[in-house]
Amino acid sequence: MSDKMHIKLTVNGEDKEFLAEPRDLLIYALREKLNITGPHVGCDTSHCGACTVTLNGKSVKSCTMFVAQANGAEITTIEGIGSPDALHVLQESFKEHHGLQCGFCTPGMITRATKLLEENPTPTEEEVRFGMAGNICRCTGYQNIVKSILAAASEINSAKEAAE
Amino acid sequence: MYSFEVERPTSVADAAAALGKDEAQALGGGQTLIPTLKQRLASPSVLVSLAGIADIKGVSVDGGTVTIGGGTTHGVVAAEAGAYPALAALAGNIGDPAVRNRGTIGGSLANNDPSACYPSAALASGATIVTNSREIAADDYFQGLFETALEEGEIVISVKFPIPEAASYQKFEQPASRFALVGVYVAKFADGVRVAVTGASEGGVYRWSEAEAALSGNFSADALDGLTVSGDDMISDLHGSGDYRAHLVKVMTKRAVAAAS
Ligand SMILES: Cc1cc2nc3c(=O)[nH]c(=O)nc-3n(C[C@H](O)[C@H](O)[C@H](O)COP(=O)(O)OP(=O)(O)OC[C@H]3O[C@@H](n4cnc5c(N)ncnc54)[C@H](O)[C@@H]3O)c2cc1C
Ligand code: FES
Ligand code: FES
Repeated sequence: MSDKMHIKLTVNGEDKEFLAEPRDLLIYALREKLNITGPHVGCDTSHCGACTVTLNGKSVKSCTMFVAQANGAEITTIEGIGSPDALHVLQESFKEHHGLQCGFCTPGMITRATKLLEENPTPTEEEVRFGMAGNICRCTGYQNIVKSILAAASEINSAKEAAE
Repeated sequence: MYSFEVERPTSVADAAAALGKDEAQALGGGQTLIPTLKQRLASPSVLVSLAGIADIKGVSVDGGTVTIGGGTTHGVVAAEAGAYPALAALAGNIGDPAVRNRGTIGGSLANNDPSACYPSAALASGATIVTNSREIAADDYFQGLFETALEEGEIVISVKFPIPEAASYQKFEQPASRFALVGVYVAKFADGVRVAVTGASEGGVYRWSEAEAALSGNFSADALDGLTVSGDDMISDLHGSGDYRAHLVKVMTKRAVAAAS
């Protein structure tokens, strides 16, 4: 076995320090070392997006990244997006529009969608589908996921307009 | 995954030294290498991450040439290579957003997957692949499935793309992986047209010389009408037969000519 490395991450605003092997994946470190189990392992082959987290402001698949590559990074997982008492607009919208069935893909979907709406605050349906292409859902047929994201986008935009 | 050590050099010289060690391998964005390691199809003793080397990242434009650092992600090329729109569009359509945030042009060209997008852009544009020891013309660089002119431990520092008068990449996606089932890159220069085909041949990316000759005389989709493509040496798998791919080569070339701008 290789020597352990000293890893520092900021996850959902909290500083974390731990030892990891060079071959430990980011998803493994999050789930098994830090007990942050929102990001799921759907495929482990970088196709499904269930493991999506935000790393230094960008969507990444945490199953296809070593934790050593994330050393020093700021990470947001679904645990850092809204809370049970104060849901994020996207979480509220997924709930309202039935954007989930079994819910397995949902942490990845919502984490990716937060970035999608930052990258493009007024997406068309086609742009939502293109921007969510790395996230697979076995249940919903996507229709309601797209609807939820579009509804959240208009919600955020009308709130912004009202504030101006 | 087998066990390995990781090194994170911050200069090309240090990376080259680290790659000189026995069984060392470069790690770009890991979007190809990490799945390979998971399947135990590779067993490096040291991974040399190139991500910390600022010198091999970024996009710059100088006259008629766009230079892309070997460690530049697809997402950055999509956003910053606007001086060469067909190239930026190709990068913006690789995989999905998370793949584009990690995967790099150097990794893609070093890997030379027969269905990857970038090799067709490099070959059709007549790009130059710059490494830590030399410059390699695209025509000499691609040497078959997953084979390139790179020596062991050689690092892709940058890729220089001459900007054509008009160009387009048209990809017929394999919907599950989003790699090219067949992809065709057409580039029109003052002195002629270059056409590179990916995803189709068992020999990897190649130039379709008959189409180049036809299009250099008459740059319109109709110019291809009389040409036939044989399915004999085409990849044949559950996603498409050799004949189907051969058919797509012509269709996608026509589309690329029609879309070239
Ligand atoms: C879900 C998914 C979808 C994808 N879809 C597409 C697609 O549509 N089209 C497409 O073209 N590709 C696609 N890819 C592949 C993607 O583009 C990869 O990013 C790319 O092939 C490899 O780049 P990397 O930086 O991740 O390299 P790595 O995986 O880190 O490395 C790949 C190989 O290149 C070597 N290497 C890396 N960087 C360098 C360098 N600078 N110099 C020398 N050697 C180097 C490594 O040692 C290794 O052998 C997809 C990948 C995934 C996971
Ligand atoms: S578990 Fe990471 S993409 Fe499926
Ligand atoms: S809700 Fe079940 S996988 Fe998406």
